[in-house]
Amino acid sequence: MLSNKRFVLKFKEFLIEKLLFLCSLLSVFTTIGIILVLSFESIKFFKEVPITKFLTDTQWTPLFINKHFGILPLLCGTFLTTLIAISVAVPVGLISAIYLSEYASWRIRNIVKPLTEILAAVPTVVYGYFALLFLTPLLKKIIPSLSGFNALSSGIVMGIMIIPMVSSLSEDAMRAVPMGLREGAYAVGSSRLQVSLRVVLPAASSGITAALILAISRAIGETMIVAIAAGQQPRLTLNPLVPIETITAYIVQVSLGDTPHGTLEYRTIFVCGMTLFLLTFILNIFSYKLKKRFQEIYE
Amino acid sequence: MIRQLNAFYTDKEVLKGINIDILSNSVTAIIGPSGCGKSTFIRSLNRINDLIPGFRITGEVIYRDKNIYDKDVDVDDLRRRIGMVFQKPNPFPKSIYENIAYGLRIYGINEKQKLDEAVESSLKKAALWDEVKDNLNRNALTLSGGQQQRLCIARALATEPDVLLLDEPCSATDPISTAKIEELIYQLKQNYTIVIVTHNMQQAARVSDQAGFFMLGELIEFGKTEDIFKAPKDKRTEDYITGRFG
Ligand SMILES: Nc1ncnc2c1ncn2[C@@H]1O[C@H](COP(=O)(O)OP(=O)(O)OP(=O)(O)O)[C@@H](O)[C@H]1O
Ligand SMILES: [Mg+2]
Repeated sequence: MLSNKRFVLKFKEFLIEKLLFLCSLLSVFTTIGIILVLSFESIKFFKEVPITKFLTDTQWTPLFINKHFGILPLLCGTFLTTLIAISVAVPVGLISAIYLSEYASWRIRNIVKPLTEILAAVPTVVYGYFALLFLTPLLKKIIPSLSGFNALSSGIVMGIMIIPMVSSLSEDAMRAVPMGLREGAYAVGSSRLQVSLRVVLPAASSGITAALILAISRAIGETMIVAIAAGQQPRLTLNPLVPIETITAYIVQVSLGDTPHGTLEYRTIFVCGMTLFLLTFILNIFSYKLKKRFQEIYE
Repeated sequence: MIRQLNAFYTDKEVLKGINIDILSNSVTAIIGPSGCGKSTFIRSLNRINDLIPGFRITGEVIYRDKNIYDKDVDVDDLRRRIGMVFQKPNPFPKSIYENIAYGLRIYGINEKQKLDEAVESSLKKAALWDEVKDNLNRNALTLSGGQQQRLCIARALATEPDVLLLDEPCSATDPISTAKIEELIYQLKQNYTIVIVTHNMQQAARVSDQAGFFMLGELIEFGKTEDIFKAPKDKRTEDYITGRFG
């Protein structure tokens, strides 16, 4: 009797464990599935368009009669908006991380942190319209030559969007620096600023770099803001004042249009997706490696 | 000179009415059982405890005729003149060279020659030079615990303070480097005022001129090292020194 009951219990546990295991497999399979579809369609694409053309052609016009399939203009657009976003987010994010970790009392921190997290929770479509309908007109007053769609204001807004991410991850890295190091620095007469900049910041540098790379990969993958406010004109330029198009925005454009299934135009979506995936994948691996190194230092 | 010093960690009193007269150009040893407040005491002397949230202190620490806890004291400058070596070695994750040069650099000294000299002489004083002279660019975190502690001593010496606070500087060093550090303390005495916390009775007896015995946050006995060790007045001091408890 007893052994029977125990058997049922054991069996139940066995079932639950397997169920949990299957759930975790689900996300792995989804990822593998996505990679497979991307590769499959990309291969078909490269059968029609040679990869050298794809990498060197300076025009991207798959939807026109005179078709060109050079990824460079899209990459350039992505690069430009990301660069602008990063140059906004890094200084502001780092300064706020230094302040929160080294200067603020716990009371101030407890107020500021939730506030920045709200900033992170705003839907990106709101940011997009903020860039298009508020920031662009505002900037136009200063720079009259600014187009209605442009890389500048979408880049800036994207930067604002990733500030909380940069700030909170960098702050975590700085707080992980042992208190003893700070004491050592104070003990030879450092001011608070010197401790922050010369000891804590370098000691947390690999953790902070990891955070920055994650932020960059977030900016590269950001879609809504650029689709709304940056334009739809693939252009090989570093001029932030004119309309451009990023990889993500192109994918949105084609997906929303009525491109028939199985055509070459349709496959460009997957090639772009693949490019995007590779970019962020490589960056994330970098970030992961750095973070591990950072953890090793303080164990 | 310390008068009526009381210290608290979020209202828990850990030092109770301490009065000690620390003589300049001499070595003062602080002994006592674990948790009796030795670290708290020595860390109050350069205000490094100010960094701990909830730490509070009353009373006076007079240094050069001035209470270091007065409002108008420049704390950074004070800490520069009162060097400290911590109970746990805490080298910066930088090269050996930069660890020592740091204290000079933040003071605006960047000439290579001056830094080189300071690094060499501090490392020699701390008895670490011979072990590391061939590779000063090595990351300090790759040194052994005892070497790290001597590096921290060198770092504290580089800025040429006039008081040196040592919180168990030998807890992680082998007998040979311990002997070297004691030798160093003996030499430094001519120019520095030294306060040292130690668990090692023989060490206290060897290096110090005066000694204080702490227990449960109180200063039980204070006097010449000879007197404390040969003829303790208090029963508790005697028990501790002879190893009957603690
Ligand atoms: N940051 C802190 N917050 C709260 N209590 C503390 C803190 N640091 C120390 N204490 C408490 O203060 C008392 C004295 O600690 P202290 O470190 O000064 O002892 P100690 O004599 O140096 O001991 P040891 O010989 O083990 O180093 C202990 O009871 C300890 O628990
Ligand atoms: Mg201690």
